[in-house]
This record gives sequence, structure tokens and C-alpha cells, in this order.
Amino acid sequence: MTSPIVLLALIGVLYTVGVYLILERSLTRVLLGILVLGNATNVLVVVAGGRAGAPPLVGGAPEAEMSDALVQALVLTAIVITLGVTAFLLALIHRTWTLEREDHLTEDVEDRSVRRRLEIGEQEDEEELDTTGCENTSDTDEDDEDDEDTDEESALEPAGEAR
Amino acid sequence: MNPGSSLLATLIPLPVLLPLLGAGATLVLSRRPTLQRALSVAVLAVVVVIAALLLVAAVQSGPIVVTVGSWPVPLGITLVVDPLSALMLLTSMTVTLAVLVYAIGQGVYDRDEATPITIFHPTYLVLAAGVANAFLSGDLFNLYVGFEVLLMASYVLLTLGGSRSRVRAGVTYVVVNVVSSLVFLVGIALVYAAAGTLNLAQISIRMESVPPGTALAIHLVLLTAFGIKAAVFPLSAWLPDSYPTAAAPVTAVFAGLLTKVGVYSIIRTETLIFPGSEVTHTILLVAAGFTMLVGALGAIAQADIKRVLSFTLVSHIGYMIFGIALATPLGVAGAVFYVVHHITVQATLFCVVGLIEGVGGSTSVSRLGGLMRASPVLAVLWFVPAINLGGIPPLSGFVGKLGLVQAGVVDGSALAWVLVVVSVLTSLLTLYAVTKVWVLAFWRPADQIPVPDAADDGADPSQEESPLDPDEEDDRAPAASTAASTGGLPGAPAPRAGVLTGVRPGTARTIAQKDGNTGAEVDWPVARMAPADGTPVLTGRLLGSPGDRVSRRLPKVMAGATGALVALGLSLTVLAGPLYTVADQAADDLVARTPYIQAVFAQTVDDRVAR
Repeated sequence: MTSPIVLLALIGVLYTVGVYLILERSLTRVLLGILVLGNATNVLVVVAGGRAGAPPLVGGAPEAEMSDALVQALVLTAIVITLGVTAFLLALIHRTWTLEREDHLTEDVEDRSVRRRLEIGEQEDEEELDTTGCENTSDTDEDDEDDEDTDEESALEPAGEAR
Repeated sequence: MNPGSSLLATLIPLPVLLPLLGAGATLVLSRRPTLQRALSVAVLAVVVVIAALLLVAAVQSGPIVVTVGSWPVPLGITLVVDPLSALMLLTSMTVTLAVLVYAIGQGVYDRDEATPITIFHPTYLVLAAGVANAFLSGDLFNLYVGFEVLLMASYVLLTLGGSRSRVRAGVTYVVVNVVSSLVFLVGIALVYAAAGTLNLAQISIRMESVPPGTALAIHLVLLTAFGIKAAVFPLSAWLPDSYPTAAAPVTAVFAGLLTKVGVYSIIRTETLIFPGSEVTHTILLVAAGFTMLVGALGAIAQADIKRVLSFTLVSHIGYMIFGIALATPLGVAGAVFYVVHHITVQATLFCVVGLIEGVGGSTSVSRLGGLMRASPVLAVLWFVPAINLGGIPPLSGFVGKLGLVQAGVVDGSALAWVLVVVSVLTSLLTLYAVTKVWVLAFWRPADQIPVPDAADDGADPSQEESPLDPDEEDDRAPAASTAASTGGLPGAPAPRAGVLTGVRPGTARTIAQKDGNTGAEVDWPVARMAPADGTPVLTGRLLGSPGDRVSRRLPKVMAGATGALVALGLSLTVLAGPLYTVADQAADDLVARTPYIQAVFAQTVDDRVAR
């Protein structure tokens, strides 16, 4: 099997571009990255089917000269799937835009609260489990922040639903 | 081919076909909710029966194969039922059915009109079809299609309602899974380039003549793809971020099924396509160890029960990977048993969390308390699967872990011993995580829930005065301090705080109705409790929810479905003997490989004879 160098180079370039785009924080670029990665993979699947040949129609050419029809069927399936996913992602991005008025991936609220707990250096677990009454002041403080986070979220939630 | 086996062979496509047809029918019936619900339950019930029949047949007479469209074997798509796939199918469909009933129960109680329940049923059935297709597939590309079908459905289910948090989680989830699917597709392309076929049985024969370096490269690409789907460390970070935001039944079915499809694919890759690859076994063992530890430590750090469970989910994937990586019949049998146990127990726990959310108004342990007194039934529902997950004898979690530890000890290599130690440690850490939830949410008297809410209406002075909450100290006399505590809750929202001071819990209903507040961040308010006899109630949260229903009872359908799941988990303990025999047989078949390959190729012979 000979490998078409141009296609292989193209696959390489597409993967590079796709990976770069997908690591962006902007959702539109992530979407573009997924499209590029999907196309790179599709070309790879086609290349995996061997060299190009005659159209795989019965009687059109000797069988040995035909292209592999299977990879084309696979790619067709993959393209349809990518199309569906892209449509869904576009809808999600649009929804994000409606809710947040921004195109960036926001941080996870719980992640933030866990991180903040760690930063404060509290050993919340031990204290909460400790029912002997060794209380301290910072325990409540820290929970304040924790709740603030969730409250922010819950306060915003109805507004989002309303739209 | 005798008539009996051909009848069974016709049953094989049904677990895929029926849910898909059902999905279409439920979509048409979207204006008739009752009919729609009945139809989806009926479809899944039939699939469960079929899966049970297939399991019996596969265990008794070896793998059953059907070629779709009667194409000769390497050309057409084959569906294969061997003991492993039948067992996975039966377990997953049973859990899917139970969770569906739970979801219907929740839908009935659902006050939130924004949740498009009409979309739920078709999508849910598509998810079931995708899972069944992945388990039954004897073809690598068909496995990919199965994955895509279930993922597509899962995208919709995860973002159901399109709220802020779900869309945020949904983006991460979709992007990660699309990337993993692309990696899978790359793997398929490489397999096809190297072996010239996508039929699993034929790949496994031809892979032997592929140069070892190439085979290893392809192997690693496939493992990466499945590793992302199965949430194996270091590819697991997406899971705890995305699962907890979904609705309770959705999370339950995701946790039960989706990662297990990834694990199933890893089992197939390791045993059928690339057996005896030392390098990947080492990699998988190391990954299994880290998955267990990192997951368990993550679970301890979390406050939200859903996130705790998401991390234990990741952590326990490590057990299955451990068994697979040992690659001995003992290890694989342990992994298979553990998958069955874990599907059941993890789905159960997420269902219970849904109930907790309904009763307590939150899933964060820092806002829950007194659930034990508020709802003893709920406490039992949580306690049994929780200690099952932690691996307390004689429950099935213990049996599964014991089997894996045994397999590790028999293996005897240094790395296997390390993994044995890690798995025991992880078991303890899991127990710690679920016990923490138990102590805080269930045992802690309701009046000790810290209610700090600085965001509300300026800093009321009481908060600064009593950071050292008096109630925290006298937990010995919770009943006596109830009234005081309600008043003393430092951060109780100011407008309500005045009303609440010294109020009798029995009057909660009227107050809540008058107040008409809608402050709960719950998706769907369920039953609120207000015991009339003056027992401590979930003060802060109870009154913070839109109280239109005051009931001590759990919603019957949801509690019933959860109870059934708990019973299923317990039955795994009772039936551990026969189940382990099946797992052993599945593992022997898998490690030997020949039954699977022969069954697939015998099909060609049968077809030729038939012609």
C-alpha cells in the first residue's frame, strides 16, 4: 500500500490546527476545532482504505482496480454523526450566549468552592464531624462563602429559565 | 441450526430494535403522557425479559451470533451474545427500567413545568438502544455507532431543561465525548489499515500477524478512546464536572451505564483483540491504582453528595480496570462481577440522592441534617447501598472486592500486590466518604445544620455575635434546643427569620404558603415534611422551599423504584454464588477467545449450509 504523502501531510496539519483550536476557552473556536478534527479523522479513514481507484460500481471496472467502498461508507456515517453533534453544540453555544452573554467556558462553581475551602486551609470535614463542641469561628465563615457560591447560582437560575 | 437457536438468534436484535421503535412511538405519543409512560416501561420490561433469556441461552450453549441481513460473516454486521454481553445487557436494562420508573415517579411529582418530560422518554429509549447496541456488537464500527447513539441521547438528557449549570456542564461533556469518539474513529481507521477488517473476531485473528509495534500503537489509541469514556485516570476529570448537574434519574442511569460501556469495550479490547500485551497491562494496572486513589480522595474533598458519588464512581472504575489488567480468568471474572455490582449500586445511590434532594432541599452535606429522623425509610435506602459500595461484608461490594484482591494475590507480581493494597485502602476511603455523608446528612440533628447565609439582607448582628453557635455544642439534647436553634440560626433569611423564631414545625405549611418564596435551587420540589409532633425538622431548608405539599412520606413511586434497586443490590449478595459462576464462565470464554471466534465463524458455515 502506498501512502499519499499530500493527504498524510494534510491530516497532520488539520490535527495540529484542531488541537490548537479545541484548547481555546472560546466555545466557537472549540466548535471549529471539533470540525477540523472531525475532518482530519475522516481523511485518515479514507487513507486507511488504501490507494484511490476506480469507482466501486459493479461492472464499472475490474474489481482489483476499485477503491475500497467500505471506508467511504464509514466516513459517510462519521460525517453524519459529526453534523448532528455540531448542530447540538451550536445550540448549546447559543444557549450559553443567551444565558451568560459570553462565549467563554465558565468555571465550575463547585470546583471554585472546593478550591476556596482548601485555600482557607480549613479542615472542614474534621470540624463538622467533631460533635464534641470544639467549635471555631472560621467554620461558619467558610460555609458562608460556600453558600454564597451556590446562592449566586440559584439566584441566577430562575432568570435564565425565564428567558 | 436447530429451531430453538434460530429463535434465540431472532431475539438478539430486539434489545436494539424495540427501544428505537419505542422511541419513535413515544415521540408520536408526546401529547398523551400516560400512554407514553406505559409504552416506555413496557418496551424496557420486554427488553429485560429478552436479555434474561439471552443470558440463560448464552451460559448454557455458548455465544449466539446473528448476522444482520444474512451477509456472510466478515462482510456484514454481526451481533454476538456471549455470557459477558448478555450479563451486561441484563444488568444494564434492569437498572434502566428501574430508573425509568423512578423518573416517572419524579415526573408525577414534578412541579417544574420547564422540564420537557415529553422529550425525556424518546431520548431515554434511544439511550437504552445505544447501550444495547454497544453490548451486542460484534463489529468495531457498529460499536462506534452504538457509542454515538447513546452519547447523542446522553447529550440531550444531560442538558434537559437547558438551565445555566446544565448547559455549562453539557458543553464540557459534549466536547470531551466528541473528542473521545474521534480518537475511537482514528483507532478504527488504524485497525482497518492494519487488519483490513472491522469484524472483532476476524480482527483478533489477523492482529496476530500485525507487527507488535504497530499493534501496540493501535491498541493504545483504542485504550485512550475507551479510557476517556470509562473515566479512567488521568482521563476522568470530565466526569465529576458534568454528571452532578443533571436531573437525578439521568445521573443515575449515566453513572450506572455509560462508563460501564467504556469498561466493557476495554474488556473486549484487552481479551479479544489484543490479548497478552504486557506493556498495556502494566499501564492499565498503574492507571487503575491512580484511578482508585484519586477518585476516592476527590470524593472525600467534596461537600455535594452528587459530586461525592461521581468521584466514587471514578474511583471504583479502577477496580474493574485492575481486574482486566491482571488478564487472568480470576481477574477478569472479578472485573465482570464488579461491573454488575457497581452498575446496580451506583445507580441506586444516585436515585437516593434524588430523594434526599427532594426531602432536604439540597444535596450538599453542609446544608443537610436530621434526615434520619425526618425519613427513616430514606435513611435505610441510603445506608444499605452506601455500605455496599464501601465493601462491608457480606454485601456484593465485599464479594467483588474480595474476588479482585484474590486475583491480585494469585497473580503475585509486585505491582499486583501494590494494587491489592491500594484497593483495600480505596475501599476504606470510600467507606469514609459515604460515612461522612451519613453522619452529616442523616445523623446530625437538624438543628445543627450550619445556616450561614451572609448574602441575605445584610449582616444581621446575631451572626457576628454567635459564630460559636450554641446549638453545635449540645447535640445531646436536640429536642430541647429546637426552638432556640430556629431562632439562633445565624443566617436565616431575615424576612423569614422573624416569623420562624419559635414557630412550631407543624405550622410550616401555612407559613411557607404565605411566604410564597421560591428560593430553593432544587430542580423539582418533592415532599416537604413537617411532623406535627414537634420533632426537629430540617429547619433551614424545609421552610426555604416552595411549600405546597407537606408530607412526611416519600413519593411512593420513586421510593418504590429506589427500594427495588436496593433489593436488586441485595439480591446480588444472595445470588453471588451463581453470579460468580456466570462471571467465571464469561471470563474463561474471554480469556480463551476461541468460543467467541468460533461462534462467529460457525455462523458462516451455518449460513452456507442453509443455502
